[in-house]
Amino acid sequence: MLANIVIQFMNGLAGASSLFLVAAGLSIIFGVSRIVNFAHGSLYMLGIYLAYTFVEFFGRGSILGFWGAVLFGALSVGVIGAVIEIAVLRRIYRAPELFQLLATFALVLIIKDVALYIWGAEDLLGPRAPGLRGAVEILGKRFPQYDLVLIVIGPVVLGLLWLLLNRTRWGTLVRAATQDREMVGALGVNQAWLFTSVFFLGAFLAGLGGAVQLPREPAQLMLDVTTISDAFVIVVVGGMGSIGGAFVAALLIAQIKAFCIGIGDVTVFGIVFSFSKLTLVVEFIVMAIVLVVRPWGLLGKPQGSQRGASTVEPLMLPLNKGFWAITVGLLLALTALPLVGDDFLLVLFIDIAIFAVFAAALHFLMGPAGMVSFGHAAYFGLGCYGAALLFLKLKWPMELALIGSPIVAGIGALVFGWFCVRLSGVYLAMLTLAFAQIAWSVVFQWDAFTGGSNGLIGIWPSAWAKDKTIFYLLAMAICAGCVILLWRVVHAPFGYVLRAGRDSPLRVDAIGIDLRRFQWYGFALAGAVTGLAGGLYTFSKGSISPETLAIPRSVDGLVMVLLGGVQTLTGPVVGAALFTWLQDEIARNTEYWRAILGFTVLAIVLAFPAGVAGFAKIAWTRMRARPEAGGQAA
Amino acid sequence: MLKISGLNSFYGRAHILFDLALEANKGEVVVLLGRNGAGKSTTMKSIIGLVQPSAGSIEFEGKSIERQSPYRIARAGLGYVPEERRIFTDLTVMENLEVGRQPSRDGAPTWTPERLFDLFPNLGRMKDRPGGRMSGGEQQMLTIARTLMGNPRLILLDEPSEGLAPVIVEQMANTIRELKREGLAVLLSEQNLHFSEMVADRAYIVEKGRIRYSGSMADLMRDTEVRAAFLQV
Ligand SMILES: Nc1ncnc2c1ncn2[C@@H]1O[C@H](COP(=O)(O)OP(=O)(O)OP(=O)(O)O)[C@@H](O)[C@H]1O
Ligand SMILES: [Mg+2]
Repeated sequence: MLANIVIQFMNGLAGASSLFLVAAGLSIIFGVSRIVNFAHGSLYMLGIYLAYTFVEFFGRGSILGFWGAVLFGALSVGVIGAVIEIAVLRRIYRAPELFQLLATFALVLIIKDVALYIWGAEDLLGPRAPGLRGAVEILGKRFPQYDLVLIVIGPVVLGLLWLLLNRTRWGTLVRAATQDREMVGALGVNQAWLFTSVFFLGAFLAGLGGAVQLPREPAQLMLDVTTISDAFVIVVVGGMGSIGGAFVAALLIAQIKAFCIGIGDVTVFGIVFSFSKLTLVVEFIVMAIVLVVRPWGLLGKPQGSQRGASTVEPLMLPLNKGFWAITVGLLLALTALPLVGDDFLLVLFIDIAIFAVFAAALHFLMGPAGMVSFGHAAYFGLGCYGAALLFLKLKWPMELALIGSPIVAGIGALVFGWFCVRLSGVYLAMLTLAFAQIAWSVVFQWDAFTGGSNGLIGIWPSAWAKDKTIFYLLAMAICAGCVILLWRVVHAPFGYVLRAGRDSPLRVDAIGIDLRRFQWYGFALAGAVTGLAGGLYTFSKGSISPETLAIPRSVDGLVMVLLGGVQTLTGPVVGAALFTWLQDEIARNTEYWRAILGFTVLAIVLAFPAGVAGFAKIAWTRMRARPEAGGQAA
Repeated sequence: MLKISGLNSFYGRAHILFDLALEANKGEVVVLLGRNGAGKSTTMKSIIGLVQPSAGSIEFEGKSIERQSPYRIARAGLGYVPEERRIFTDLTVMENLEVGRQPSRDGAPTWTPERLFDLFPNLGRMKDRPGGRMSGGEQQMLTIARTLMGNPRLILLDEPSEGLAPVIVEQMANTIRELKREGLAVLLSEQNLHFSEMVADRAYIVEKGRIRYSGSMADLMRDTEVRAAFLQV
């Protein structure tokens, strides 16, 4: 028993090292640049792949070759990080935060396809470390030698980082820039190089975290998303920007995971508790608890926004007559679409309608309500499963199941939202991600009820709506209804309170409005509307799987909203249409649709930092205001 | 050594500075006087490049700097001390000074932490204290010392006397005179006329983003009419 506990503990320590390396890199990059780098998991993934390639090159057998490969792999990833900073991120430091996020999402897509192109879709398992292939005996149990090395690497890197940050000029500059990068520049420090070097270091750490895993886990294309969510969790639990916090959090989470695996199934009063199933979510549960109890993380400090970071306010103008004319015209044209389009086109437009609702609801949350959700697919998925289960288990007809889907999702959003509205900014976003992950894992593992990883099949529309044209019109009507509803809400007193709360929460509280309650209802409304989109999706496809609420789905939603621009209410609709169409169009023609999408998104971000619809709106306003146009300060 | 003409600056759509012109010469202390919101800080920020002017020229030692980034302007020998002090609160006094350190420069006094501790003895007694645990006056000393570590030829001081007790204001005046003696040019922004009188050679008055008066400090002190029009509240 004791031996088991010790071995589990050692396993935990070994697992913590890589997690810590990745999270430390993410944390340093965030501290200085205030960019939440979604591509950090992709850098980790590249670390494993590159180490694999270097090992093949140097020879699998030699000790020097192995460690050389680990080091070269990590260094190459560092260089890639620096190149990314110079080529992309440097251009958008002054852009709104959400745009920076979008750019790093685009990088995730691009890196995934680059990896697919170079290394293929097969898992690649590296060799075991030469000279460390055996095991040592601890209390009569065998423990891999290589894992002992891993256990040492974490604290060693922590120590080196501490020295670097506290005992060198570079470290002093980094810590100063974390607090006020503009002032650092005004004191004569070349921020560009400081930032590039920070990205190099952060990427190097991610790459190293990946490379040292080479003998333990196969290189594969899913590592980017799983790693980034792990790294986020650790950074948030430890406290944003705190390296020591990241270390403690990595240890804590790795230990809990190791013990969940170690405990396995436990039967209490005849009920089986499966701890091993918990491993998929346990870190998110820990994060949710930490965020609620100590919102700034274990070792973090409550921090305001960094000086010199950009704060661009989304503008929200009332819509004018010309706009309405265009909208009505467009709606009429869309209604007439079945006259000219074939079924493929109708299916595409049904998808667009569904995702337009999803994106509009997410936009409502992110824009007017000022709450960024990284886990909005949870409510989409709850709507999907709500409708499917009502249809299959309770035998409700499509019409009732469709009404049920927003209710199910709305209840979910009420529960999750109650916790989320207690936080703000990145922390809120992380908590939404945590809840989405928890919801996903329940759906994914509850075979008896949700069909587990296979999902549910055979959910078809009622007889009258089986025809594609009818279903298309139904989808369009629901889409229009939802967008109008959200638009009305934004321009109702309820919406004013939310917007005022986003801009100056203290002032809203000061005039005696319970802002949190408004935000809570806003969260639930967005969830319910998204759930309706989910219900519609279920009946349009006839089957659903846990993918409907997985992270990539949330990411798609974010990309749609950001693509269209957060400034306008038409943005998400335009973004959803563009995204869905691009995905459909490109995926049909090439295996590498992600990269093409990623490059498109990057091009858009670099060219129109206000989103497509936002850009059109600004251009429109400019054109009309030309006579009085004056100079602009940066 | 600093020559500004036709300077116009905006915050977003708000036009703040209108065709501003001013000069500061070597070894001179020049004060920019004006009421709250007159545009003094904006002028300072435009010079150091934190606000990008929409029009106008800023020449420093014969080179135009109006399109350059703050770090290049600072490296040209211009030091900026912000009104809000902007101390790095997580860093110690020594570390704050380290951030400001730049190589020594011809034609400008070279500063080391030791020399600065002679100038600001208080700081020498709290070398390892984090900036966040210092009084306002101590922070004001530190922000000036930090900028001096860059060995500037000209230093922009935005309202150094603001919020300081009378004794400390007296010390601040001594410090500025000391800097002048070292050969530094100083461009100061102030609302405190008494303090300005102690240190300045020449004065400009800004009002609503325009220069309304320029002349020697002594002349300004005699001209009660101008003072009544632009300075008294
Ligand atoms: N970041 C900003 N955004 C928009 N307007 C600003 C900003 N900073 C200052 N202003 C406006 O610009 C004008 C000039 O401000 P500035 O700070 O230059 O005045 P000042 O002379 O330094 O005043 P004070 O003595 O109060 O420091 C004021 O009307 C102010 O409201
Ligand atoms: Mg000012």
